[in-house]
Amino acid sequence: MELQEHTSVAADMLRHFEEKIERGDAIEPKDRMPDGYRKHLIRQISQHAHSEVIGMQPEGNWVTRAPSLRAKQILLAKIQDEGGHGLYLYSAAETLGISRAEMIEQLHAGKAKYSNIFNYPALNWADIGAIGWLVDGAAIVNQVSLQRTSYGPYSRAMVRICKEESFHQRQGYEIMAKMMKGSAEQRDMAQDAMNRWWWPALMMFGPHDSDSPHTGDAFKWKIKRQSNDELRAKFIDKTVQQAEVIGLTIPDKDLKWNEARGHYDHGAINWDEFYRVINGNGPCNQQRMDHHKRVHAEGAWVREAAEAYRIKKEKKLHLS
Amino acid sequence: MTQQEALYKFALRLGDNALIRSYRLSEWCSNAPILEEDLALTNFALDMIGRAQSLLGYAGEIEGKGRTADDLAYKRNEQLFVNVLMAELPNNDFAYTIARELFLSVYEYYYFTDLAKCDDPTLAAIATKTLKEVKYHMAHSTDWTLRLGDGTEESHARMQDAVNKLWSYAGEFFEADVVDVMLTNALNTPDTPRLLKNWEDHTAAVLKEATLRTPSVPFIQHGGRNGVHTEYMGHILSEMQFLSHAYPDASW
Repeated sequence: MELQEHTSVAADMLRHFEEKIERGDAIEPKDRMPDGYRKHLIRQISQHAHSEVIGMQPEGNWVTRAPSLRAKQILLAKIQDEGGHGLYLYSAAETLGISRAEMIEQLHAGKAKYSNIFNYPALNWADIGAIGWLVDGAAIVNQVSLQRTSYGPYSRAMVRICKEESFHQRQGYEIMAKMMKGSAEQRDMAQDAMNRWWWPALMMFGPHDSDSPHTGDAFKWKIKRQSNDELRAKFIDKTVQQAEVIGLTIPDKDLKWNEARGHYDHGAINWDEFYRVINGNGPCNQQRMDHHKRVHAEGAWVREAAEAYRIKKEKKLHLS
Repeated sequence: MTQQEALYKFALRLGDNALIRSYRLSEWCSNAPILEEDLALTNFALDMIGRAQSLLGYAGEIEGKGRTADDLAYKRNEQLFVNVLMAELPNNDFAYTIARELFLSVYEYYYFTDLAKCDDPTLAAIATKTLKEVKYHMAHSTDWTLRLGDGTEESHARMQDAVNKLWSYAGEFFEADVVDVMLTNALNTPDTPRLLKNWEDHTAAVLKEATLRTPSVPFIQHGGRNGVHTEYMGHILSEMQFLSHAYPDASW
């Protein structure tokens, strides 16, 4: 009897949830939701938050070497935005019942991931341009789509994040454009950055739709609104023209406009590389994680002090 | 020395203080103990880049040789930089950075309060804007001095160590040479030796509340204001000026 009642309550909950999704209503933190939905979101939002934070490393690598006061100011402001995005996203994930400390623990244990793109190195100043233009450019395509995601806090975070990301993309493009107008050495640096970041940027959208393991539920629950391949096509279509305008060559000899599809066709993506990097064997995986762990460990005494001080103050307040 | 030459050096010193300190603060990017502090410290770095732009830009104008703020930041040799030594000292740990920020921001609070009243309208305007930022910087470093000083045994020890080691660099803030004296007389710029008492009282009060001892070591370290730096400075410049040295004709 009890079991039957329980089953029927659970069935009601699921029906109610699915109806909401069907109507296009946002799911809010206090709403009941299936475990799978909650888990999927925690995984996705925490991965997104970690990506923002880990992404501060390759860009931070150039802060002290930025070539002008303005360039340094823009880069620092941009990295701050990324850190701020990390904060909103950690908070959005916390509404699902996980703490930031737990998320960081999962990252350090290798259970939570971050965007693969940050496992590539930022080697010259043009890489800062390429990260803004291509990496943030790819991220925006995905994030614009996520503004309509079904979980309220995530969707609202995306609306805010998208506004800032479009500024990032412009600053990146401006760096590339300036370098392409500069000396031969500067143009070489810009093309070199383009060659190294183009394919990893395409990989940011994930495997082809036919090979993407999480696509099913994410679509049904309206967490994900457009497929990997659709989003990738959008990115390529807008970026090819931007590259042409400033004289950069896209490193894909098979890239060709396909009139019938209304999209560019592109060459084969090296999925072996994608899986190799995802599985920890990219150029910077070890470096990024070691850095994050080291900084976290080195800062432990500061966090402990802040906590100890807070408790002391509370006790004093209580006594008085 | 003409008043114009004095004013050039005066603006340059203030600009270099901001520029070099912004460099140190920006090194915290992706290195802070918590994300919120990463944002706070780099935000202060941003404030100081803005301040450096204004002051170095003004120095270039006064000099009248067509040099921009960027020229002064990226194309000057070490002995021509005239920031106080405290600004260039390494971050070491978070306590060290906080102690440095406390000493500098308390000094700047009194300094820019007075500079805002000087008779040079450009400096007065920059000082008024800067003062708003300095109040935040001072509140931040004061809060953290209290937390670290009165936090755990370890944080107390680290904070006390930082205070002890940095103290001897603070005297340089209050030196006045021919540049300062000339402009104090002509333009009513701050009479820095007179700010020492305010600084000592203010700092001692914060340290006391943080259960820290005020050091009794003398102010022996100085030289930055005249271009004689620590060994750390060359490394800052070699990194900061790397691209402009490698590609002298490029614009970015």
